[in-house]
Amino acid sequence: MQALLVLEDGRSFRGKANGAKIEGYGEVVFNTSITGYQEIFTDPSYSGQIVVLTNPQIGNYGTNPDDNESRRPYIEGLIVREFSPICSNWRSHQVTDEYLEEFKIPVISGIDTRALVRHLRTYGVMRGVISCTELDVQKLVAQVRAIPKMDGTDLAQVVTTKRRYEWDLGSQEAVSRISTRVARSGEWTPRYHVVAYDFGIKHNILRMLADAGCRMTVVPAKTSAEEVLALSPDGIFLSNGPGDPEPCTYARDNIRRLMGKVPIFGICLGHQLIGLALGGKTYKLKHGHHGGNHPVKNLETGKIAITAHNHNFAVDPGSLKESEVIKTHIDLNDNTLEGLRHRTLPLFSVQYHPEAAPGPHDSRHLFEDFVHMMAQFKKDKLYELAYA
Amino acid sequence: MPRRNDISKILIIGSGPIVIGQSAEFDYSGTQACKVLKSDGYEVVLCNSNPATIMTDPEVADRTYIEPLTKAYLERIIALEKEMMIDGSGKLALLPTVGGQTALNLAVELADSGVLERYQVELIGAQLNAIKMAEDRLLFKDAMVKIGLDVPKSALVNNLKDGLEFSDKIGYPVILRPSFTLGGTGGGIAYNREELLELLARGIDLSPVHEVLIEESVLGWKEYELEVIRDLDDNVVIICSIENFDPMGVHTGDSITVAPAQTLTDREYQLMRDAAISVIREIGVETGGSNIQFAVNPDTGRMVVIEMNPRVSRSSALASKATGFPIAKIAAKLAVGYKLDEIPNDITRKTPACFEPTIDYVVVKIPKWQFEKFSGASNCLGPQMKSVGEVMAIGRTFKEALMKGIRSLDTGTKTRSEAVDPKVLTQRLVTPQPERLNCLLHAFSQGMPVKQAHELTDIDPWFLFQLKEIAGKLTEVSENSVESIHPESLREAKRMGISDERLALALKSSAENVRRLRDQHGIWPVYKLVDTCAAEFESFTPYLYSTYEEEDEAPPTNRKKVMILGSGPNRIGQGIEFDYCCCHAAFALRDDGYETIMVNCNPETVSTDYDTSDRLYFEPLTLEDVLAVYHHEVRDGASVEVIVQFGGQTPLNLALPLQAEGVQIIGTSPESIDLAEDRQRFGKLLQELQIAQPPGRIVHGVEAAVAAARQVGYPVLVRPSYVLGGRAMAIAYDDESVVRYMKEAVEYSADRPVLIDHFLEDAIEVDVDALSDGEDVVIAGIMQHIEEAGIHSGDSSCVLPSITLSRHVLDLIRKWTFQLARALKVVGLMNIQFAVQNGDVYVLEVNPRASRTVPYVSKATNVQLAKIAVKLMTGRKLSELLPDHVAESADLSPAAGYFVKSPVFPWSKFPGVDAVLGPEMRSVGEVMGSADTFGEAFAKAQLSAGHKLPQSGTLFMSMESCHQHPAAQLARKFAELGFSIAATHDTADHLEKAGLRVERVYKVKEGRPNVVDLIKRDQVQLVLDTTRGQEPWFDHKAVRQAAITHRIPTITTVAAAWAVAEGISALQRNELNVRSLQQWHQEENIYELLAYA
Ligand SMILES: Nc1ncnc2c1ncn2[C@@H]1O[C@H](COP(=O)(O)OP(=O)(O)O)[C@@H](O)[C@H]1O
Ligand SMILES: Nc1ncnc2c1ncn2[C@@H]1O[C@H](COP(=O)(O)OP(=O)(O)O)[C@@H](O)[C@H]1O
Ligand SMILES: [Mg+2]
Ligand SMILES: [Mg+2]
Repeated sequence: MQALLVLEDGRSFRGKANGAKIEGYGEVVFNTSITGYQEIFTDPSYSGQIVVLTNPQIGNYGTNPDDNESRRPYIEGLIVREFSPICSNWRSHQVTDEYLEEFKIPVISGIDTRALVRHLRTYGVMRGVISCTELDVQKLVAQVRAIPKMDGTDLAQVVTTKRRYEWDLGSQEAVSRISTRVARSGEWTPRYHVVAYDFGIKHNILRMLADAGCRMTVVPAKTSAEEVLALSPDGIFLSNGPGDPEPCTYARDNIRRLMGKVPIFGICLGHQLIGLALGGKTYKLKHGHHGGNHPVKNLETGKIAITAHNHNFAVDPGSLKESEVIKTHIDLNDNTLEGLRHRTLPLFSVQYHPEAAPGPHDSRHLFEDFVHMMAQFKKDKLYELAYA
Repeated sequence: MPRRNDISKILIIGSGPIVIGQSAEFDYSGTQACKVLKSDGYEVVLCNSNPATIMTDPEVADRTYIEPLTKAYLERIIALEKEMMIDGSGKLALLPTVGGQTALNLAVELADSGVLERYQVELIGAQLNAIKMAEDRLLFKDAMVKIGLDVPKSALVNNLKDGLEFSDKIGYPVILRPSFTLGGTGGGIAYNREELLELLARGIDLSPVHEVLIEESVLGWKEYELEVIRDLDDNVVIICSIENFDPMGVHTGDSITVAPAQTLTDREYQLMRDAAISVIREIGVETGGSNIQFAVNPDTGRMVVIEMNPRVSRSSALASKATGFPIAKIAAKLAVGYKLDEIPNDITRKTPACFEPTIDYVVVKIPKWQFEKFSGASNCLGPQMKSVGEVMAIGRTFKEALMKGIRSLDTGTKTRSEAVDPKVLTQRLVTPQPERLNCLLHAFSQGMPVKQAHELTDIDPWFLFQLKEIAGKLTEVSENSVESIHPESLREAKRMGISDERLALALKSSAENVRRLRDQHGIWPVYKLVDTCAAEFESFTPYLYSTYEEEDEAPPTNRKKVMILGSGPNRIGQGIEFDYCCCHAAFALRDDGYETIMVNCNPETVSTDYDTSDRLYFEPLTLEDVLAVYHHEVRDGASVEVIVQFGGQTPLNLALPLQAEGVQIIGTSPESIDLAEDRQRFGKLLQELQIAQPPGRIVHGVEAAVAAARQVGYPVLVRPSYVLGGRAMAIAYDDESVVRYMKEAVEYSADRPVLIDHFLEDAIEVDVDALSDGEDVVIAGIMQHIEEAGIHSGDSSCVLPSITLSRHVLDLIRKWTFQLARALKVVGLMNIQFAVQNGDVYVLEVNPRASRTVPYVSKATNVQLAKIAVKLMTGRKLSELLPDHVAESADLSPAAGYFVKSPVFPWSKFPGVDAVLGPEMRSVGEVMGSADTFGEAFAKAQLSAGHKLPQSGTLFMSMESCHQHPAAQLARKFAELGFSIAATHDTADHLEKAGLRVERVYKVKEGRPNVVDLIKRDQVQLVLDTTRGQEPWFDHKAVRQAAITHRIPTITTVAAAWAVAEGISALQRNELNVRSLQQWHQEENIYELLAYA
């Protein structure tokens, strides 16, 4: 079955329809990771986006229940060069094509994805549609132009959990089958309680925090600072998520009210929201960072980590107050700000994804860092109490 | 941490001659390392015994020692270099990680024997303990267990008893791997006790430390490799993941490999990545690249570490070509202190080298084997590498890359899936062998399900499914004809990478018709860039591959351009020498202001480095692909000239078809090339010019053959007319042998006749390389062979200048060379082989193209022949480029000394093959020895080729009856040198008659102890065994084999025996002289200056 990909500037590509045979609209972004398509599909940060994968062979190892980053795929559509009709891996449960069809995600395959990526690189990300029902390019262009732009759209409140929930599963449970280490024993007791704001949180963040000794209460994006403090957390985590951070003023305000009261750690959108809460500004990147090979330098230690990225927006480093904020990380490819820390308050964040999934594990220690921050904070508190 | 300024001079050790398992990839990496360090201001000193390399070009390093790669010579070089250094000017460092296993082993030897300490040489790149931990399989395993990684169970044994005990304990099959050998030499799989004993005995013998690792088998598991780079700041990045199509059990060098890995989830890949990083940290490879191999159980995901190579490797060269990330170059910079983020990515320019390349295409490497050259060798593939070369292909999908790879192999046979008997088919799928891929395609075309194919081969079902899709497409196409096939279907087939030729077969038409059909429908390939980043950033290096997609990213320029066709996969007879010539062509033309375009598909080479030419097309060298590149380059009206003379036979074969398509070939015309190859027409030309050649006939049948043989006179040389490199040539002494040859050894037909020539016995063979612009001619070198005619020119040693040719002979050779160059209107290089018998000169063959000896002659004369040749092709004149030589009609002269080239053979990889030399070429590499005397130069060349000439002991002689006269002279000479002589019955009779004292030794079948026993007991130090005829005596074969296993030099010709005697007498004078190329030629300049003064 034929399918069309049409971009808002009128460029179109003709390919084959796979997955669900429906139309899918969204902002078209490219991801350069070689592995981890399933994690990408299910990352809520991709809500509102159609993803083109630069790796031309997708679907080879199928999909499995362990590699989901949330309950379902969030991408609006998928663009690939070749989509495997079979899968081969000892863990695979379902052919990727069937999986996406089941979750109503349209796929276009067989197109010159490299040409598309070059187009996006040159002209920036733009809206598009995958369609196998309507095949009139002009009509589709008009429809694409009618969907809202990502800029200025608050998608976090769309994907966030409706209800508060608890989480204490570590990564062992999921990977015990492929790792040589044994699964965590039953008598595991968490040392810290973290309240995690869900703006589109990935499961692996929760697993990493659990591995570091935390138990989580995951709360909806709009939960007020007071409600959160009432849960008496040892730390607060601000998650990744889709869309533009600027319209999420509720989150910015809550963060302002929480700053200094408990240690805070933010990733991705969480990082951008912290930037905003600190009085900074965010801006949209031309084609974003989406991939698993970005070199990020820790400016404090000089160490470089290869990191997973997935962001279209970034915090403008010039907009942050030198007196309050230390810029801790930059991307060596384009020098964008990738991490910051407050000079005095227990608060830090990174733009990239230390939880990886997909991507390299070089920065996992950040979760430990967060735990150390919570420990230090607790100690200081006790000290204050004792000598107050 | 920036550049280390405390180091001023860096010694780089090359990998020596090309051998199986260590090929041109180390020229590529070594050249990169030398260049980058030199341009960074270090004084670079290079030692490599292989003259056919770009790295040994005089401008690549500051001093280039083409000397034996042994501890003694290295020590001498280090001492010399140290002496030259002014106190306090900085340290001398040794970079051992770019010269393969050879360099690494040598560095360890130098360190262990205290040489490095004595001369205060610092090892950079990898420290001694790191090398040892990585190379010593047991230490390595312990280290892995320590960091929590899984490895196959194993034990290191040095005797048969322990080996048996351990194997019984862990159960068969077991894997055997001798310590410290190249490319798995001596390794194997034992399925039972009997096999174990055989393999273990050989392994213990071959290992320099006489140890073999016996290991739990993980046969059939998935095999992966990661290329890792680390800097002094402990930043680690993975450059590339490679998945083997052939599962564990087939050496990665013999496996089809694919980048990136195709069947790993991110979770599994990241675990592997984490493991690789902990491995490099634990082993302590401080800087540079390493290769780490893993096996994964396809049913449980259990991952084990197989091995690590703490240096750049064949795989890292492949990874560099696959990703565009120049591992060796970066590794060299890291070794001198740079950090990854301080080095820019050449390709994107704006981003640093500190990142992990991501690719948006698929790369497939396919090995090339040449079992047909080693009759008696088993063609089963196993843990020991046997391929002589490889091709790489890039496509947007695995299918496209695979199919491009298959046609890159240049097998000469039509790509067809011939019918195979089902029973045989199963067996051919179960046992890995070179034809397995074709058998799979065939099986799928017969409807075999993927599941069954998987059960038979253990190859991952995903790969098998791809093959099945290709087979399905071919079947679908074959239901059509050129007229009826739907354009969309044709496009789909092209998108799968299927060649026009294969489609033509399916459509029962010709490749030309398929091409015309594509033209009609506008189905053309586009060209895309290899850019390290999947198009995320703009890239600046036109490193291109073709694919059937929508967008072309490589618009041609309108500069003056020349396209150079490379030589494809390395193979016997067409090796690195041709790549060397192609590179030189590119360098020279770039200097002359041309845009240079390289087309090649061999990932091991310097020519496929994106730095070598202005535009690199990584493409198969077939008419279809080359024409496509050509049409792409001329599409905006630019004119493109094409060079076919440098890449050996592969591009030469394309000359006429390309010309027929209107492509402008420069240099010697395709007509002349054709004329030189056409026996009949060429014979006529020689007659006209009154140049002698051995009488010969062309025949089509057995009777005609016998008649012809009698006419030209026995012995005769018989060979098919259509093969090259001496394939299937034989010498026949009587009617019976001719009949047998015609009946059994050769296929012939009306258009594929058999050639019968009188064989010139006891003749001296002479190779001549010459330059010509069509009018003037300059002879570059007259090389006298050490072995007599009848031993393929590529397999015999030769010396420059000639040592025993008379004035008269030399003059005749010169005269005929001039005449032939003019008659063939040679523009560029030509090579002629002469034979001199009793003072009469005959022409054996003329090759109007660059020859195997070009790099060697260039090194000896310090004139870059290939560079001059290419300038001639673009219209420049010899009178301008070599005015003095033209004016005086003088030959180029080698530096004042002797330069000996010697071949290197892969016998140890093919047990069971008779190591006798003949007219069929079987050497894979070459070395050069240079010295003031012939004897010393020859001894050095022998040493470099791995034959340590003994200085005393017993010489065993077994001579063909016609050699009895020289035998006596030789025996006398060796006796004078202090050797005792042992000989077989007949030979001993003759020697005694000549008054010599001889110990009589039994032949193998006569009784015991026989000569083989003596060899095994180390009672023979040198073997001289000359045999004649096509069917050597069984016992001669056994003698040669025993000698090879016991590393006893074996001489098979009288001429070589004389050279050996001279070599030994040089050794006895205890000479250990080394001299860099630059010094050799500097002295020459001084002489020249003196002459002018
Ligand atoms: N335990 C094993 N079981 C099965 N095959 C093995 C095992 N170990 C090695 N091999 C095979 O042997 C090949 C060579 O082994 P490797 O350790 O890589 O030695 P080399 O130094 O020659 O590369 C591997 O590529 C793999 O296919
Ligand atoms: N008539 C001959 N007499 C003696 N030796 C010959 C004769 N013809 C060929 N040879 C030997 O065979 C070798 C290969 O033959 P050649 O014609 O050069 O084929 P190739 O194309 O393989 O180089 C030569 O190098 C030479 O040693
Ligand atoms: Mg290996
Ligand atoms: Mg020849």
